[in-house]
Amino acid sequence: MPCTQSQGQRNLEGYVGFANLPNQVYRKSVKRGFEFTLMVVGESGLGKSTLINSLFLTDLYSKDYPGPSLRIKKTVQVEQSKVLVKEGGVQLTLTIVDTPGFGDAVDNSNCWQPVINYIDSKCEDFLNAESRVNRRLMPDNRVHCCLYFIAPSGHGLKPLDIEFMKRLHDKVNVIPLIAKADTLTPEECQLFKKQIMKEIQEHKIQIYEFPDIEDDEDSKLIRKIKERMPLAVVGSNVVIEVNGKKVRGRQYPWGVAEVENGEHCDFTVLRNMLIRTHMQDLKDVTNNVHYENYRSRKLAAVTCNGGVDTSKTKNQMTRSPLAQMEEERREHVMKMKKMETEMEQVFEMKVKEKKQKLKDSEAELERRHEQMKKNLEAQYKELEEKKRHHEEEKSNWEAQQRILEQQKLDASKTMEKNKKKGKIF
Amino acid sequence: MKYLHQLKGEGARAVPLAGHVGFDSMPDQLVNKSVNHGFCFNILCVGETGLGKSTLMDTLFNTKFEGEPTQHNQPGVQLKSNTYELQESNVRLKLTVVNTVGFGDQINKEDSYKSIVEFIDTQFEAYLQEELKIKRTLHSYHDTRIHACLYFIAPTGHSLKSLDLVTMKKLDSKVNIIPIIAKSDAISKSELTKFKIKITSELVSNGVQIYQFPTDDETVAEINSTMNGHLPFAVVGSTEEVKIGNKMVKARQYPWGTVQVENENHCDFVKLREMLIRVNMEDLREQTHTRHYELYRRCKLEEMGFKDTDPDCKPFSLQETYEAKRNEFMGDLQKKEEEMRQMFVQRVKEKEAELKEAEKELHEKFDRLKKLHQDEKKKLEDKKKSLDDELNGFKQKKTAAELLQSQAQQAGGSTTLKRDKERKN
Repeated sequence: MPCTQSQGQRNLEGYVGFANLPNQVYRKSVKRGFEFTLMVVGESGLGKSTLINSLFLTDLYSKDYPGPSLRIKKTVQVEQSKVLVKEGGVQLTLTIVDTPGFGDAVDNSNCWQPVINYIDSKCEDFLNAESRVNRRLMPDNRVHCCLYFIAPSGHGLKPLDIEFMKRLHDKVNVIPLIAKADTLTPEECQLFKKQIMKEIQEHKIQIYEFPDIEDDEDSKLIRKIKERMPLAVVGSNVVIEVNGKKVRGRQYPWGVAEVENGEHCDFTVLRNMLIRTHMQDLKDVTNNVHYENYRSRKLAAVTCNGGVDTSKTKNQMTRSPLAQMEEERREHVMKMKKMETEMEQVFEMKVKEKKQKLKDSEAELERRHEQMKKNLEAQYKELEEKKRHHEEEKSNWEAQQRILEQQKLDASKTMEKNKKKGKIF
Repeated sequence: MKYLHQLKGEGARAVPLAGHVGFDSMPDQLVNKSVNHGFCFNILCVGETGLGKSTLMDTLFNTKFEGEPTQHNQPGVQLKSNTYELQESNVRLKLTVVNTVGFGDQINKEDSYKSIVEFIDTQFEAYLQEELKIKRTLHSYHDTRIHACLYFIAPTGHSLKSLDLVTMKKLDSKVNIIPIIAKSDAISKSELTKFKIKITSELVSNGVQIYQFPTDDETVAEINSTMNGHLPFAVVGSTEEVKIGNKMVKARQYPWGTVQVENENHCDFVKLREMLIRVNMEDLREQTHTRHYELYRRCKLEEMGFKDTDPDCKPFSLQETYEAKRNEFMGDLQKKEEEMRQMFVQRVKEKEAELKEAEKELHEKFDRLKKLHQDEKKKLEDKKKSLDDELNGFKQKKTAAELLQSQAQQAGGSTTLKRDKERKN
């Protein structure tokens, strides 16, 4: 097996050239093109479509492609529009997901559900595409950022705002915005912002945090920006001339609220953050955090059968489902082996028992048979003895009889002789 | 509540921008992210011992890498891998150099390629396992997959060795192969041209797919296609420096002249460095991931029985795939368990029948014996009876005889008495 050694830092004695790697990455990414999906959520009339148009300096919603705000909705819809924009040789496929009808009903319970369903279904699509055997280039349609529009009441968050953000902050990058900020004075805006942030912290809502960039200059900027959260924005489709300059803004009798004026609203901050500096990070967080959460939840449900035993589940999480099945198979094989040996043992024991019984039975029968045989033999012997005895007696008696007979004969002979001799007197 | 997707137009429609939005910074954002994360590159050097693999690596990366040169007495091919952390301006590179130790040294080289293939597959497998885990950390995973394989061809000047052809054929679907002619300062220019042509035609006729520098990106298409024509690169490596003019250059000094490593007239070292590191490093990484790894993954998953569509050619969702696999797997286990049980039941039955048979035989045996015994007993009884009869007969005879005798005696006794009486008188 190969051995790996980490040798640590090395100093190079001359230019090698891998410092050119970033350029190679740059080149390839331009060739590939980029994609981004932005979701906007908020009640009707908060200027969502206008803000999108202002952000991307285009008429996403125009006469030919009317925005959702011009249609009356009875239920919450989730609609996506895909556009292709090019700038400086860079191609971006932008998907805007709108949620008309959100918060517009009298009873808004569960109006976030269609939003959640949409986000989940995009994650599901990606998961399925990623898990195929034959994988092709997978389009990334996952929602990378969700701009949540807060009505400029000046007081605080509405229950619906809190509910929505609580339910979505672990599924997507949520960036709360104060909409139509030109209805608030700077002081009112400050207080409003403070109140909102307080409530966000109270409810433990995790909104998207712009991470620090290494560059010192930029990090100062970022800290400044973080103090401005949530960003208060104004959008406009109209270009007005102010002091000889053409700007996007909203014309009032008392003046023009300029969209891109940092003193008027935080639009520029939003645009810079969202598009110019943190677009990639939003995608990365979506991929590395939100999607991975979705995926692990989904796979855990499939393979751990609901994960009843938490200690076991923790272990399973560190494995792939296939490794999990492999482990289960190994366990099962061991279990079967054990079962087999147990059964084998029982079997052997029972066979031994039975055989023993048979043997005992045979021995018993054998013994009895022997016994009977012996008995019989004894009887035979006895009989023989008796017979012999009798024979002996008989022959004795017969011998005796013969003697007696002889005697009798002799006696009678003598008598005859004596008679003849006249000795009988 | 319902949600529906409405795609406005087919795919994405192009829209013009009314100003500078700023997403043309996306490539830079991506590059910054990569630079912060650091890069990693893994090179595999395949070639016989003594072809200057380590020296070439040192020369390419302007540093002295590892230890002593290896002996020729290795029993098999081993892969030794070393990881180094290099930095050039702000780019950090984690470089892993893998060397084949003992390649070409054995008498029987049939299995030489095996350990190399195994090593490459092991790295793929590790990545696949990580990718399949439920809780995974892909973005911080140290990628050990081989991005480039430098195949060192011995400078015979004639043709490729059969070991070379066999090995490259086995590797071409698993890794980007860049063939190079090692120690090419042993070959003259004219021999070199012929050698290169021979090598190229042998590779083509044997269907070996070597890595082609990509020509799809206009920025580098021209230089890449030119370089493709110079393959295989004839290289010379050296870390020794020699003074040429007023510069110190890397060179090899001979009595007849000095071979300058970085002189393009002397060898293709510069071309190799340009292609491998400065222009196509990122493409090599990309090809490894999107082509070689995908092939490995696809084969592995198909081997394990995963499919993208069910028997009715409807696409599987990930959940369905895993559940189907799991069910099949569980069913399999159940079946095995059942089979084992059945087997035992069968054995028990058979054994029981056997034992019953034995028992029956035993009983039969003893029944026979019993019968025999009965017969014997009967015989004995008969004998007894006949003896008893005889005894009785004898007794009667005896009694009768005795009776007669006693009568006779009485009669005779009286006679004797008379005689005696008469005598007396």
